[in-house]
Amino acid sequence: MSELFSNFFSGSIPMEAYLGISLIMFFAGVYGFLTRKSLLMILISIELMLNAADINFVTFNRYLYPERLEGFYFTLFTIAIAACETAVAIAIIINIYRNLNSVEVGNLDQMKE
Amino acid sequence: MDYSSFLQMREELSLIGVMIFLLIFDIFASKNLIKYFQPIAFVLFAVHIILNCVPRDAFEVAGGMFQYHPMQTYIKTILNVGTLIVLLQAHKFLNNEENKIKRGEFYFLIFSTLLGMYLMISSGNFLLFFIGLETASIPMAALVAFDKYKNNAAEAGAKYILSAVFASSISVFGISLIYGSTGTVYFSDLATLITGTPLQIMAFVFFAVGLFFKISLVPFHLWTPDVYEGAQTNITSYLSVISKGSAVFVLFTLLVKVFGNLIDQWQPILWGLAVISITIANIFAIRQKNLKRFLAFSSISQAGYIILAIISGTAIGMTSLVYYVLVYVFSNLAAFGVLSVIEERTGKVALDDYNGLYQTNPRLSFVMMLALFSLAGIPPFAGFFSKFFVFAAAIDQGFYVLVFIALLNTIISLYYYLLVIKAMFLTKSETPIELIKSDFPLKLSLVICTMGIMLIGLFSAIYNQIAVFGFGI
Repeated sequence: MSELFSNFFSGSIPMEAYLGISLIMFFAGVYGFLTRKSLLMILISIELMLNAADINFVTFNRYLYPERLEGFYFTLFTIAIAACETAVAIAIIINIYRNLNSVEVGNLDQMKE
Repeated sequence: MDYSSFLQMREELSLIGVMIFLLIFDIFASKNLIKYFQPIAFVLFAVHIILNCVPRDAFEVAGGMFQYHPMQTYIKTILNVGTLIVLLQAHKFLNNEENKIKRGEFYFLIFSTLLGMYLMISSGNFLLFFIGLETASIPMAALVAFDKYKNNAAEAGAKYILSAVFASSISVFGISLIYGSTGTVYFSDLATLITGTPLQIMAFVFFAVGLFFKISLVPFHLWTPDVYEGAQTNITSYLSVISKGSAVFVLFTLLVKVFGNLIDQWQPILWGLAVISITIANIFAIRQKNLKRFLAFSSISQAGYIILAIISGTAIGMTSLVYYVLVYVFSNLAAFGVLSVIEERTGKVALDDYNGLYQTNPRLSFVMMLALFSLAGIPPFAGFFSKFFVFAAAIDQGFYVLVFIALLNTIISLYYYLLVIKAMFLTKSETPIELIKSDFPLKLSLVICTMGIMLIGLFSAIYNQIAVFGFGI
């Protein structure tokens, strides 16, 4: 632990710090997905999860395999795909708002048995 | 760099060609020509199928990122034929006044998802696999929400895209852990680098969620009934057959090719998933009153049976899997074809509405009966043989208890399939569905499906031909 702090203050951040942040982000996203009531907040939670994976890729690439670029490329593609997914999801959410005048999850219950 | 190697990706290139041609045609064609949009699309797509149905030698493109194996031609052709049948069945729906303007989008979205599945099937790298997975699921959400004035469709679309992206973000987190522990995302390198460390096992579990979601096995199935009910019926059939068929193939190849060293870990996982998928889906299917929800649960239990082929991890398992998907395409699309035409004309989807269907629509109810018999696995039809081969593949590896549970469940499934047949043939009704005149494309699609159900089981040459390439990975 003391080593972690000394590294932190001397300017070099250890890999574990990044991985810890990404793990916290990921599970914050999972928690948000399961508990939030608004479709937009659910979408933001999913973005958190995708970005956590991106941080993982970049960290692993930078610290463990600095001679390769696969992790960086993967991150670029994931960001682009996340943007597509957000666009489609937002379009569907706007459609729901037009039909129901609300984006609360509780209103999406017409097809429960 | 030599770009000519990309020309070897013939399936993908010709599909992109068809897509771009249809897009341009849809935008720029004159009023007289636009009437022929759908026939032109059918013909082009049929040409695409015929051009790509002959297996070629294995090759690699882009340093192993794209790997072709002759077995992939079979699964792609099966998916192509299934897509063509779905398009034929959607012909009437897309000729409606309100949908005419959206025809081009429908075709473009369907072909985009198909392209995503091609990439997923042929990927030799987790990056291409992930791109394929997302290309297959994001346009699918747009298709599910296609009917934008219907509340149910929008609701289904939201449920689909949110849960699909939730699953795939868990999956990509798993891929990142695999990358962290091995330093590569190429399948060929991963096979030896994955040795079964705890981190890799956790990464595998994270990763597999994305595929299990697409196959809709039981703990990951909660989206299935709602999305199937809310989407337009032809989209539902596409979702239940084509999307699922590609995902099971990819799951098999990945488990054997990449996670082969983790076989002691993934076999128990699949064992449990198969048992609960088949059992729970069967129990829930019995109490469904809406036929679309009913077929949703039936397709979940069918997915459980496919897991029996995957769990063996052998060449026989691969052959029986492709054969099962082939038969499943015809049986399920026949059932959905009947369902879609009746819903399109009369708006009725409840089980009680089907009472006395035989009196008014003998031919439609006959096709429906064949499809349900085939899904249940009754001997002269193809469904029996596909189930038989799947069980044989699992028995071969010593999964006796699993096969026994699956066999017991076949009896339960027979009960609920017969409920529909009883409603159509035996129950009398005061107000049966009126006589439905089906148009030519629908008739053609139902004839193809019926031929498939009747003949595939009888010609053993088909199974042998698939078995030639055994391990298609």
